[in-house]
Amino acid sequence: MMNRWHVLKRLMPLLAGMVLLLSACGRADLSTLRPQGPVAEEQFGLMKLSITIMILVVIVVFAIALYVIIRFRRRPGDKTVPVQVEGNHKLEIIWTVIPIILLIILGVPTIKTVFNLAEDYTKDPNAVQVKVTAHQYWWEFEYPTYGIKTAQELLIPNDAIISVEAKTADVLHSFWIPSLAGKVDTNPGGNVNIMYFEAPNTGVYLGKCAELCGPSHSLMDFKVKVVDRASFERWVAAQKSPVALPSDPEIAEVLTTQCLSCHAVGANGGQLYPNLTGMGSRESVAGILINTDQPQYENEGSVEDNLKKWIKDPQAVKPGTLMPQVPLSDQQLDAIAKYLADLKLNY
Amino acid sequence: MAHGHAVKRYSGLMDWLTTVDHKKIGILYLLSGGFFFLVGGLEALLIRIQLWKPLNDFVSADTYNELLTMHGTTMIFLAAMPLLFALMNAIVPLQIGARDVAFPFVNALGFWTFFFGGVLLNVSWFTGGAPDAGWTSYAPLATTTFSSDHGVDYYVLGLQIAGIGTLVGGINFLATIINMRAPGMSFMRMPMFTWTAFITSALILFAFPALTVGLVALMFDRLFSGNFFEVSNGGNAVLWEHIFWIFGHPEVYILILPAFGVISEVISTFSRKRLFGYSSMVFATVLIGFLGFMVWAHHMFTVGLGPVANALFSIATMLIAVPTGIKIFNWLFTMWGGSIRYTTANLFAVGFVPTFVMGGVTGVMLAAAPADFQYHDSYFVVAHFHYVIVGGLILGIFSGLFYWWPKMFGRMLHEGLGKLCFWTFFIGFHLTFFVQHFLGLMGMPRRVWQYLDGLGFNNLNLISTIGAMLMGVGTIVFLINVVVTAFKPRDAANDPWEDGRTLEWTISSPAPEYNFAQTPLVRGYDAYWKEKMEGKKAMTPAEPLGPIHMPSPSILPFLMSVGLFIAGFGLMYHQHIVTIVGLAITLGCMLTRSLIDDHGFHIEPEELQDKGVKA
Repeated sequence: MMNRWHVLKRLMPLLAGMVLLLSACGRADLSTLRPQGPVAEEQFGLMKLSITIMILVVIVVFAIALYVIIRFRRRPGDKTVPVQVEGNHKLEIIWTVIPIILLIILGVPTIKTVFNLAEDYTKDPNAVQVKVTAHQYWWEFEYPTYGIKTAQELLIPNDAIISVEAKTADVLHSFWIPSLAGKVDTNPGGNVNIMYFEAPNTGVYLGKCAELCGPSHSLMDFKVKVVDRASFERWVAAQKSPVALPSDPEIAEVLTTQCLSCHAVGANGGQLYPNLTGMGSRESVAGILINTDQPQYENEGSVEDNLKKWIKDPQAVKPGTLMPQVPLSDQQLDAIAKYLADLKLNY
Repeated sequence: MAHGHAVKRYSGLMDWLTTVDHKKIGILYLLSGGFFFLVGGLEALLIRIQLWKPLNDFVSADTYNELLTMHGTTMIFLAAMPLLFALMNAIVPLQIGARDVAFPFVNALGFWTFFFGGVLLNVSWFTGGAPDAGWTSYAPLATTTFSSDHGVDYYVLGLQIAGIGTLVGGINFLATIINMRAPGMSFMRMPMFTWTAFITSALILFAFPALTVGLVALMFDRLFSGNFFEVSNGGNAVLWEHIFWIFGHPEVYILILPAFGVISEVISTFSRKRLFGYSSMVFATVLIGFLGFMVWAHHMFTVGLGPVANALFSIATMLIAVPTGIKIFNWLFTMWGGSIRYTTANLFAVGFVPTFVMGGVTGVMLAAAPADFQYHDSYFVVAHFHYVIVGGLILGIFSGLFYWWPKMFGRMLHEGLGKLCFWTFFIGFHLTFFVQHFLGLMGMPRRVWQYLDGLGFNNLNLISTIGAMLMGVGTIVFLINVVVTAFKPRDAANDPWEDGRTLEWTISSPAPEYNFAQTPLVRGYDAYWKEKMEGKKAMTPAEPLGPIHMPSPSILPFLMSVGLFIAGFGLMYHQHIVTIVGLAITLGCMLTRSLIDDHGFHIEPEELQDKGVKA
């Protein structure tokens, strides 16, 4: 009875693993197991190589363990004393040398990839330069070549290398787009980290903060929106074109005094906090409330509803956020949410 | 020899507060480490309850960060370390044929500073917020700019005080193992558990000062506006990461090596076979300890150290797989050809081997820096280190507790309950952590308070939570077992497993105060087994029966630690008078200890005979 349990116990994780591997590799826009660009691809290649070697090791060890556990169990009343073996040089050399060989097989491509991925594209004129600055709890994306700044949503073309320079404005964060590229920490001060990635397939990818940065660490999501070159150029132009303030002077006044003291819309407003230009075209509000017309889950809603929810009580959406609860009447809130939701970019 | 002067012997509570007996200190470590293990486990369960479904609101974001910080800190510093010290204290002197440790007073001091450091850390729950910057406490999040309440102060001072205990404990074991071995017990005849305790103590000696320095620097930043890690004033945040991991990585080996030792003893005993490849086991242990200091930056692959550093630390990290592999195969081949008896202790040991292999292989995967860019700070890492720490260390500790319980308490733990404990804990463990590998690969970062619905994380998280509950059940079964056992008669034989190989099984269970009435003569590796095989019932004594010198009990270690505890509060709340009073207590005790000679006392041979104790 016991032994059958031993067999089961050892097979169960393996079986479960197979099932999981086959059925649940996660979402294509989020999983490291479904890479959508060459960098994530290269990393996935290394993961596959190491997993293969390691499964081999695990199988060998489990097989020996299983054999030993069953074969050499003590029979009741057995009083014999087994041969006291001190060791065996041949065996010991074998299980020293084989792991070393396996490690060489893994080590060589590891070093090659380390240097490949450390390539510096920050001076490459063909690459799209992006300066990523992490804040508690939002992401700022600046395109120095184009002179534009945006927040929460990194829009990139599908035909160029994206060269990232990452730093933080406050505590440590980590910039991670699982399906496109592994992460890089954002350090404070002048300690800027570089990385690069490519995204040949258009679409939206999920990005995450991967370093504990405070209460809303888990809510510090961002999106990477990959579009074709023409679309990207149109977006750049639209980001730079002037944006009209609300037509109702009272709302324009409230917006200017209450919102634009920190946020920017087009050329108006402050630059220290998330830029709101093109808010209506974004995938999410505050990075975490997903914009959709067919809400399924708690955190989903239309742009307008999400904006209202966020502005009404920022702390309820993102504990610890610096966004204050602005005193607005219901009409003002509705009008501002509607205005921001209508700020759409054509690209 | 003349009688020592009369020494006050205490009983009851005072006996425990003043004891310098390594066996009693071992029990104290076990009780307090066990208590903190329950606290840390409760925190873990709250974390898993929070994560059982998407967008759960069971605890607030702030509380969640406190829970994850305190879970990690408590489990590493206040549960795992003291539980290992419990086993080391209870067993190492017995295994080397010594009457006590080299510095019994220091041993007691080590326990009490650990205890009061741990209490100080946990007081934070009741004074307005526990530390919440993670057990790694990275700057700038841990600096006053971003963490203005006292939470991280408790972390800094609590760990500093507890760290003193670990450091002096480590030094004590080094001195004990080097100096107090019985005649004939050469280094290469030492039992494997003693060897691992020795190497672990050496690692403590070199690793803990790094933590001490880091904590002092962070304390200056927080309490006296120092600027070690304050970037705007010329400090460096990455510096803390280096200091922390130069301590933190060896710490992992400090934890796992004694577990390796336990497994070596248990598997060998219950296979009725000599440990396969003893000398290569020793060599592998030393090598792991050495390499453990060369790999800290693999916790920092994404920090931006550059490709050269990343490549070097990748390779160095992979190398550790070689000595670890040697150990795994040595254990398997110890069982090979043996006569394996599946007691609870051995179930935990045998369960440890494949589990630890799974944690080990993910470790090699993490060593490949570019792949680590994907794994780092994701649930894959959470799965990995729980496989090595819970699947390695905790299974090892359970194994050791079931194995040595009769030697510590004179009673055998109930085997049926033990096996129930093993199966619930073991299955629960794999259920909890196996799926977390996949969560990480699917893009779930670690230390997250909530995750969104629709990302494909729901089912795996639910499975993980169910597993955690099962581990909780396993732990409760263990507690029931302890209580049930405590009511049984104290009737364990000297060698209750009948296949004991080492010196601790030659004396009564529990061991008498002086351990060995006559110091045994050691004639080979597995000293007791060797005598048994030659048909002898007991060890050959190495000395005639004579008076045994014993250290006097003392309340000073307790008072010194209370002083530090008080001073910690004073520092934190800038009450200088309180700080001075606390430090005065500590220094006063040190002065008393230095000025008043205490030569201990002797137990006369007649007293031994009275109790009918055999060698």
